[in-house]
Amino acid sequence: MTDTLRTGLFTGLVVLLIVGTGVLDNWNLALIIVNYGLISAIMALGVNLQWGLAGLFNVGVMGFVALGGLASVLISMPPVPEAWSAGGVQVLGALAFGLAVIVALVASYKRTSGRLRAGLMIVLMIAGFFIFRSIFDAGVAAIESVNPASTGFLGGLNFGGDSGRDWPWIVVIGWPVGGLLAAGAAWVIGKTALGLRSDYLAIATLGIAEIIIAVLKNENWMSRGVMNVIGLPRPVPYETDLQADPGFVEAAANLGVDPVTASTISVKLAYSGLFGVFLIVLLILAQRALHSPWGRMMRAIRDNEVAAEAMGKDVTRRHLQVFVIGSAICGLAGAMMTTLDGQLTPAGYQPLRFTFLVWVMVIVGGSGNNFGAALGGMLIWWLWVAVGEYGPDLMVWATSALSDDSALRQSLVDSAPQMRFLVMGTVLLLILRFSPRGILPEK
Amino acid sequence: MEFLNGLVFLTNFVIIPATAYGAQLALGALGITLVYAILRFSNFAHGDTMAFGTAVAIKITAGLVALGVTLGPLPTALLALPIAIIVTGLLLLGTDWLIYKFYREQKAKPVILVIVSLGVMFVMNGLTRVFIGVRDIQFTDGARFVITVRQFRDATGLDEGLAIRTTQAITLVTAVIVMAALFWFLNRTRTGKSMRAFSDNEDLALLSGIDPDRVVRVTWLIVAALATTAGVLYGLDKSFKAFTYFQLLLPMFAAAIVGGIGNPVGAIVGGFLIAFAEVTITYPLKKVLTYWLPESMAPEGLVQLMSGDYKFAVSFMILIIVLLFRPTGLFKGQSI
Repeated sequence: MTDTLRTGLFTGLVVLLIVGTGVLDNWNLALIIVNYGLISAIMALGVNLQWGLAGLFNVGVMGFVALGGLASVLISMPPVPEAWSAGGVQVLGALAFGLAVIVALVASYKRTSGRLRAGLMIVLMIAGFFIFRSIFDAGVAAIESVNPASTGFLGGLNFGGDSGRDWPWIVVIGWPVGGLLAAGAAWVIGKTALGLRSDYLAIATLGIAEIIIAVLKNENWMSRGVMNVIGLPRPVPYETDLQADPGFVEAAANLGVDPVTASTISVKLAYSGLFGVFLIVLLILAQRALHSPWGRMMRAIRDNEVAAEAMGKDVTRRHLQVFVIGSAICGLAGAMMTTLDGQLTPAGYQPLRFTFLVWVMVIVGGSGNNFGAALGGMLIWWLWVAVGEYGPDLMVWATSALSDDSALRQSLVDSAPQMRFLVMGTVLLLILRFSPRGILPEK
Repeated sequence: MEFLNGLVFLTNFVIIPATAYGAQLALGALGITLVYAILRFSNFAHGDTMAFGTAVAIKITAGLVALGVTLGPLPTALLALPIAIIVTGLLLLGTDWLIYKFYREQKAKPVILVIVSLGVMFVMNGLTRVFIGVRDIQFTDGARFVITVRQFRDATGLDEGLAIRTTQAITLVTAVIVMAALFWFLNRTRTGKSMRAFSDNEDLALLSGIDPDRVVRVTWLIVAALATTAGVLYGLDKSFKAFTYFQLLLPMFAAAIVGGIGNPVGAIVGGFLIAFAEVTITYPLKKVLTYWLPESMAPEGLVQLMSGDYKFAVSFMILIIVLLFRPTGLFKGQSI
């Protein structure tokens, strides 16, 4: 079977599953799957770049996704002027001071040696920490006391009115900013952790992701922590505005659809269009990168680091580069997802869903093959939703032999939504065993 | 008197909880380190193995309590523990036979085995969730305290009280027994010695007639025992929740790596090190310092160096520092 045919068949399968969901169940659900599927495909592309192309074992995807979500809040929410005047400058000043201390620490580590170095570093660290905390804590308290029920944070950079609805375009700008934020974090992490062995790198990235989530949960002045930021502005029209628009209602009537359904479907289609554009651009770029001399070099490094190094390739720098780019793509996807959710809920970030599920997508789709990873993203996302959505019904049917009040049946039906994890693990293990290079193998 | 009060306070809120937590982490890290030493991969499914074992123990405990069988002042879960270990052991042997064996025979790269263990992690996580649900479960019974705050105050006449919960005492006693048994097994028995030989040099071990399949089987059984014991002790001490057990993966790995992965002594030291660092840095030390420092220097703030949610950051910082400056860990671990 040729590669093109295989890719075509796989695409056909994904389309069939989604259209099938639309026809047999409802189109709203199908479009929700498409939208999150497109985002998953972008995440899978990012991980594929790191793992498929460069062989970097990054299990901190969740952290970068969450950073993207944070950027989306920091860009697209309207600012809170009272909070800025209460303690904004102080908090930013404290952060700048903290950064200066770290720079001083690095400088003293590099410039001095022996006892002087140890003494200097300890003094700097302890004094720096307490001075930082005293400036920072006061500023944070001031910000968080500004109307804590609805704001209590600095807000974003969206100056388009009180709800930010006048500037829908800034939301789309927030997405690449999410990528940049993730890239910045990835650079710092890569600088420290990329020299480690593959499984140490895995533990390190797993830890970083947990720390990023802990920061999001705790730093209320930044994004309200576990109180969540809700009502994020959108880049697309609101359903209620569409329903109030006579032109839209008429167009819907001409198509024979009631305006409410028409408005929900059009909003989702608008999102699909936006996400689709991003995915296609990224796919083209990823394909170009894969077939460029740079891509060949990356694969050479992946397959034999020692040989590549002997040929004069700077392995560490190339690893850092690809780690940053891949993480940036995950950050971009994370920002899109937060916009689509319309809210940032730090407690919702769970590694199984945001890190390991993306890994299942890449490995099932075919690591090293961009189309494979992207289609794997769509397929696994469909499966994830389908098991959660139809699993309970299926379980009711499968246990219909048992009597209605049987405790076993009850507990099986109740736990059916949890079957997702079982199904994902089984799919991953089956693919690893019988088709270890994925559905669309690398050429 | 002031000094003693401070010391009692510190013991009550930092030293005792950290010791119990450290013992639990050490048992978990021992399991990770054994898999690494014998099977040569980082087992990401370990947290979920613990969760599974604990879930089985909880179900058996519930059954025993329903039958009216209890251990009096001790938690009934201790009675359920051996059965849970056997069930978990069977599950691990089955997993090995069905999944890991194939890759071992292929001599797959360690990173492939790590990815396979991700799949196993998903399956075990799903099994546990389907089996027992996702809620928080308390399953401790029997006497709650060995010493209560009031008894301690009455006995010593100090202002500060000291309480030792039964679960904390049991954790320590069980952990010491399990660790002693493990070291006796590894150093004194034929099977234990063959395991160490296999870990040091696989080819040489095969040449001297050691049966690799037997070594692997025994390893999984020991790992099941360690994981289930660690999980049940943690669950008794705090509570059981599938997701929390998954999150324990990070401090346990940190403990194993800091101590030197593949080295059992290192895993134990690492476990206590991580636990003490986590608890000390995230506990507000104001009261201790108020007792210990002269009045003029008494702190105004809580002296909580980091908020409790950053406990992962603590294990992580220790991990990174050790990896950067001493990549083989504090005790010499393996490096493949």
